Amino acid sequence: MIPPSFTYHRASSVDEALNLAAELGEEAKFLAGGHSLLPLMKLRFASPEYLIDLGRITELSYIRDEGTYVAVGALTRHHDVNTSELLASEVPLLAHAAGQVGDPQIRHRGTIGGSVAHADAASDLPAVLLALDATFVIRGASGTRTVSSAEFFKGIFETALEPGELLTEIQVPKPSATNAWSFQKFTKRAIDWAIVGVAVQSDKVALVNMGHTPLRASAVEAALAAGATVADAAEHAAEGTSAGSDIHASAAFRGHLARVLVRRALEEARSKA
Amino acid sequence: MDRYPGSEEGERQVSKVSLAVNGKEITADVEDRTLLVHFLRDVANLTATNVGCETTSCGACTVLLDGESVKSCTVLAAQADGREVTTLEGLASDSGEMSAVQKAFHEQHGLQCGFCTPGFVMAITSLLKENPSPTEAEVRSGLEGNICRCTGYHNIVQAALAAASASTGSANAGEAAK
Repeated sequence: MIPPSFTYHRASSVDEALNLAAELGEEAKFLAGGHSLLPLMKLRFASPEYLIDLGRITELSYIRDEGTYVAVGALTRHHDVNTSELLASEVPLLAHAAGQVGDPQIRHRGTIGGSVAHADAASDLPAVLLALDATFVIRGASGTRTVSSAEFFKGIFETALEPGELLTEIQVPKPSATNAWSFQKFTKRAIDWAIVGVAVQSDKVALVNMGHTPLRASAVEAALAAGATVADAAEHAAEGTSAGSDIHASAAFRGHLARVLVRRALEEARSKA
Repeated sequence: MDRYPGSEEGERQVSKVSLAVNGKEITADVEDRTLLVHFLRDVANLTATNVGCETTSCGACTVLLDGESVKSCTVLAAQADGREVTTLEGLASDSGEMSAVQKAFHEQHGLQCGFCTPGFVMAITSLLKENPSPTEAEVRSGLEGNICRCTGYHNIVQAALAAASASTGSANAGEAAK
């Protein structure tokens, strides 16, 4: 499997990447680690005319303490997020979940920004960042703007990013109850996408692969806020979701998994708090 | 490379790519869409790196890029331009002495048909660089990206632990390898 033909461009700075995107137009795609885009191109689900390789933009690979939040450069690799001491102490949910993405080889290439911009509802990190109330920093020709994680994921592989815009930073608020987290992922093989996944930070609950986008389990959160037990709240896990059926699982089984995994995740988060 | 025939999907775009493969500079004009694994096999003529699933799943094509394991079927040659690539052929010393991981595969019989072996050896080489004395559980999770369809995992894991033990004398790895 070989990708369809394209013309390769390499950007060495954010400005150069934005200029190239403006010049090449909508037939261009940004390439970060390439571990979402290249597989799609091999399958002909994507055939961009131009790739703009961001891999040498070292200015976007960092993890910084900004006081109330941790700033993660969009080109920071999963491996570096996973092994960050700062994240391990301030946002352990994110550090742990990054170590659950794919396998070691994939984590040596894949980036947090690439995963977010690709916006696969079956990916781990978009849901994790939703549970953490992250904010995304976006640069475009007209300047910089920020979008909350709640507003960012719009539909199937669709985000708030406009053509020519580049996700540059993920701002992750430091949770007050740092250790009250859990990440649960149900897969057939270690490297597979989650059939269903759950990220919990305190009483915030997000779901992997339960609809067109990563979702907050709002009914669970509302039940918890109203004083429900974990077991009772978890029963609401599939409410308001739109899980699909495929060769791996029916929608009904996904609903069951969501209820079980939400209960386990809330129990684990509370036991660690 | 006739692996990339025709232009039915548009014009062929060609660029110069230069890699330091096992310490030797290799430069070639290749199509922009050329995958690193094909550059290694067809341009550099280094065929230890196997093409397995081609879908980033099986790990047979694992090589080191700047010292870290990657699946070379999912890296463009252009993305590796100017960087260092190590393949299985680059592990032995100039005098032909095998690396600790290679020796351990030999001594622990860490292979059956051998197709997945180069990928496993490279993945373990990278794993031990990051974690020189892993537990058995850490070896197993560190090898999640490699598949052995002979299902010969037991001896592969023993080989990884033996290599760690030989390199570090670590009690951790040594104990587990017994």
